[in-house]
Amino acid sequence: MASLKKTGSNPAAAAPLEPAWERVMNARKEDRPQARDYMEKLFRGVFEVQGDQCMGNDEAIVTAIAWFETFPVTVIGQQKGHTLEERMRCNFGMPSPEGYRKSMRALKQAEKFQRPVICLVDTPGAFCGVEAEAKGQGRVIAEHLRAMATVKTPCISIIIGEGGSGGALALSLADRLIMLENSYFSVISPEGAASILFKDSSMASEAAKNLKLTASDLKSFHIVDAVIREQSGFSRTQMDESTDEIRKAIRVSLKQLTRLSPDRLVENRQQKFLNMRGF
Amino acid sequence: MNLFMEELNTAVSSEQAVLADAPDMLRCSGCGRDMVADVVLAGDAACPYCGSLFRQPAYRRIEAIVDSGSFIEIEREAEGRDPLSFPGYKTKIEKERMKSKMQEGVVIGKATIKGLRTALAVMDSYFMMGSMGTVVGEKIVILAEFALTNRLPLVIFCASGGARMQEGILSLMQMSRTTIALARHSAAGLLHVNVLTHPTTGGVTASFAMQGDITLAEPGALIGFAGPRVIEQTVRDKLPEGFQTAEYLYEHGLIDRIVERRDLRETLAALLALHNGDGSLRTYGKGVFDGGVS
Repeated sequence: MASLKKTGSNPAAAAPLEPAWERVMNARKEDRPQARDYMEKLFRGVFEVQGDQCMGNDEAIVTAIAWFETFPVTVIGQQKGHTLEERMRCNFGMPSPEGYRKSMRALKQAEKFQRPVICLVDTPGAFCGVEAEAKGQGRVIAEHLRAMATVKTPCISIIIGEGGSGGALALSLADRLIMLENSYFSVISPEGAASILFKDSSMASEAAKNLKLTASDLKSFHIVDAVIREQSGFSRTQMDESTDEIRKAIRVSLKQLTRLSPDRLVENRQQKFLNMRGF
Repeated sequence: MNLFMEELNTAVSSEQAVLADAPDMLRCSGCGRDMVADVVLAGDAACPYCGSLFRQPAYRRIEAIVDSGSFIEIEREAEGRDPLSFPGYKTKIEKERMKSKMQEGVVIGKATIKGLRTALAVMDSYFMMGSMGTVVGEKIVILAEFALTNRLPLVIFCASGGARMQEGILSLMQMSRTTIALARHSAAGLLHVNVLTHPTTGGVTASFAMQGDITLAEPGALIGFAGPRVIEQTVRDKLPEGFQTAEYLYEHGLIDRIVERRDLRETLAALLALHNGDGSLRTYGKGVFDGGVS
């Protein structure tokens, strides 16, 4: 996948990086905190729910029940992996249909037990392979979108790194969408756009600018509700301040959302997106 | 991941090539013969020599499917902006309008099929390969809401290269918006039938094209999430024979039936009759079997 190549990260380049491209590069940094890192910091008593009970257990998607402060919550996270071994197990964060089915299972249980859902979004995209297509990758993402559109429990999605197209969107149809400062959310990878637009994937920096994929771009389109600033030197080993900001954002959102009746909540969520006309 | 039309050049049985030096001619990839585009596309858009299917323009499709004169178009003039000020997009849109004589990538409205009322959307692959931007998304939303208000079933002919890159994240959001509008239509107990035509890929496959109660497809249509070339690059190997064709999806249990183009009208009418254009038990005993296929 394009995100695994270090295109354009030439330290010797004299010109300053295009700001949007710099965000993309930051979102892909290897030592950037991932879903499991946040799960450790944000939640207590994490119990992982495994497998789609049909075809397998996709480690690109982690689902768990856990305590967030005084609330039991359902956590759905996309995990890319830190070490090579972990990255391979997680298929570099590119979920297969099994992963989305596991996630839908978690959504169903969350509704049954009236647990809020916290999604941690971080994927270069849903997996593009023969097996994934044969198992209905498109259909399973469509079903996941419908599940999130109708689930009668609060949903908060946080884009913590890469928001790669449909694979990320599946987990983003939420009551609140929050982005970290150095995350991106895009219809196509900058490399993919560059190879179509300029017939040259090394023009990814230019494409990143044109795609308007940064957190502040999405804030200006009213697609995200909040953008969380990242502390200086933000990494796996230095993430406490930013995690506190995330915790606060979740707390505030839950306070607002848990006040609503399940029907009102779903109606508000649906109207929020229906009103997002974009023209 | 790549959801775009440039990825769709891999030939399947219904693919066609416009000849560079004679843009009014079509070459059939089934038999290699050349023919006059206007004549072929104004009819059933099948190769007169070998029967291979060409992509059918939206208005021709409507003519072939609905009762003559019954189609009433809504939102005909809907016309998008260039929300990201994307380089070259405005010019491209203008060119596509001239070339396809379409305002955008989908036509919506209401019609009857063998006397049965339905809301109808037909995507047109001749307009930017039916890619979904804000206008296409909005028109699907409007149609689903119209069908809900009027308690009509919904038939959607899908043909799309995926989400439209030039409208960036706003295109991606149309997947969420159409999902919601169709979920509301579905929750009212109303029928939604999809007909997947060549090609149906990317963000459209991953949203409304795969959310119908019944999914039909035309023979040989390319249907998938990722484009074949992207998958080939990912797996670094040749793809299996017939991969991502309607037949492949049928064998994998992902669609209900492959229907010849000439049989689509009958099949749709039969499905509408089975659901009585309402699909609700509440109407049982109040003439549920009226208005069947004649």
